[in-house]
Amino acid sequence: MAIHTRISTAKIVEKVSSLCMDANFILNEDVLKALTDSYEAEVSPVAKEIFADLLENAKIAKECRMPICQDTGVAVIFVEIGVGVEITDGNLYDAINEGVRRGYKEGFLRKSMVSDPINRTNTGDNTPAIIHSEFISGNCLKITFMAKGAGCENMSRISMLTPADGKKGIIDFVVETVKVAKANPCPPVIVGVGIGGTFDYAALLAKKSLLRPLGTKHTDPDTAALEQEILDRINKLGIGAQGLGGWVTALAVHVNRYPCHIASLPVAVNIDCHAHRVKTVTLS
Amino acid sequence: MSNIVYLKTPLTDNIIESFRIGDKVYISGIIYTARDAAHKRLVELIDNGKEFPFDIKNQIIYYVGPSPAPPGKPVGSCGPTTSYRMDVYTPKLLEKGLKATIGKGNRSETVIEAMEKHKAVYFVATGGAAALLANKVKKADVIAYEDLGAEAIMRLEVLNFPVVVANDVYGNDLFKEGIAKYKRESS
Repeated sequence: MAIHTRISTAKIVEKVSSLCMDANFILNEDVLKALTDSYEAEVSPVAKEIFADLLENAKIAKECRMPICQDTGVAVIFVEIGVGVEITDGNLYDAINEGVRRGYKEGFLRKSMVSDPINRTNTGDNTPAIIHSEFISGNCLKITFMAKGAGCENMSRISMLTPADGKKGIIDFVVETVKVAKANPCPPVIVGVGIGGTFDYAALLAKKSLLRPLGTKHTDPDTAALEQEILDRINKLGIGAQGLGGWVTALAVHVNRYPCHIASLPVAVNIDCHAHRVKTVTLS
Repeated sequence: MSNIVYLKTPLTDNIIESFRIGDKVYISGIIYTARDAAHKRLVELIDNGKEFPFDIKNQIIYYVGPSPAPPGKPVGSCGPTTSYRMDVYTPKLLEKGLKATIGKGNRSETVIEAMEKHKAVYFVATGGAAALLANKVKKADVIAYEDLGAEAIMRLEVLNFPVVVANDVYGNDLFKEGIAKYKRESS
């Protein structure tokens, strides 16, 4: 395989560091639009005021380069490696972690990682990042950073349904997940749904579905209709912004589907909060 | 119709009893921060009959782990964390005289009952409005458990810190009322 692009680890460190900061300070346009639309659509005065607060907060965060939310999250990184890319001067994973380390330090972002789930000592630099990598064709290296807060991550669920549960079972499980989460995941939420694959793969499908820009329709009409059906059901729950009652409980529902075993129907629901912090850079 | 209240800390029973769910309250004065790890330590002190690092009587605890203070600011972004994780500890602190907590999300029935019993309220601040809320903090000092980093106990001096009464001393719950009001068809 011929190498067409050489990318240094120093460049990766620098780019990842910037992604960490920019994602935590600057809310993307698609999220701002969803919040503005929700402000218009909401009928509850309490919830409407919350949307106004969130838009004001985004403005302050951007202007002052302050984190949108104090929970600056686990650094979740998706990296797509073109087969024609050679990483020079070191290891890709080490470079990503070094970028996270620097970004969280320089940006005064909160360090929320503990080194062990039981003994719980803070690692002090927000590493390790959770890194998902895959090879793609071409000569580019695409890095996507997501700051994933715990409030919403903690309300995520997975279920191994039976094929007989079908579409109705899937919809009921997703809606129930949002319903039992109530105010805890910081609604309005973005609901990522992974259907199919295996136990582990369904969760990854759900998380990856969150990366799709808000306000875009799924390319598969059947999946787009399923997303709309789930969204309508969720927004009739009445949970509303911060769970204090209202018409807008979710900003979007995103679904990813994948082939699975004849006996399986895995469904994973990964919830993200309104502080939906995702940034991407492509190196070539 | 809900009220707008400008509150000066510390709290008194009279003020507490005047609150109703849905009231918008702007807090000025002192509040203390504590979240998961600090709560664990405070309750261990109670269990071992030891003194607290601050006088909790009539005080307000804010569930928050701020981001680090950038140069020139007393504190970094500081929105509320999810309250239910503190539910297991809260009744013991209310028994010690704590009068209010600030967080986000629902409280357990046990905590709601304990608030009725000890005359305490639960305020919610807007989760994720962390930069906006940081602007309401004028001074911040770590007073205990510095080793816990973002989870250390801080004494915050706040000015017009905006919250909403979610649970009052009469057993009312704004979450339940709000959802009942805005729910559409059965699901």
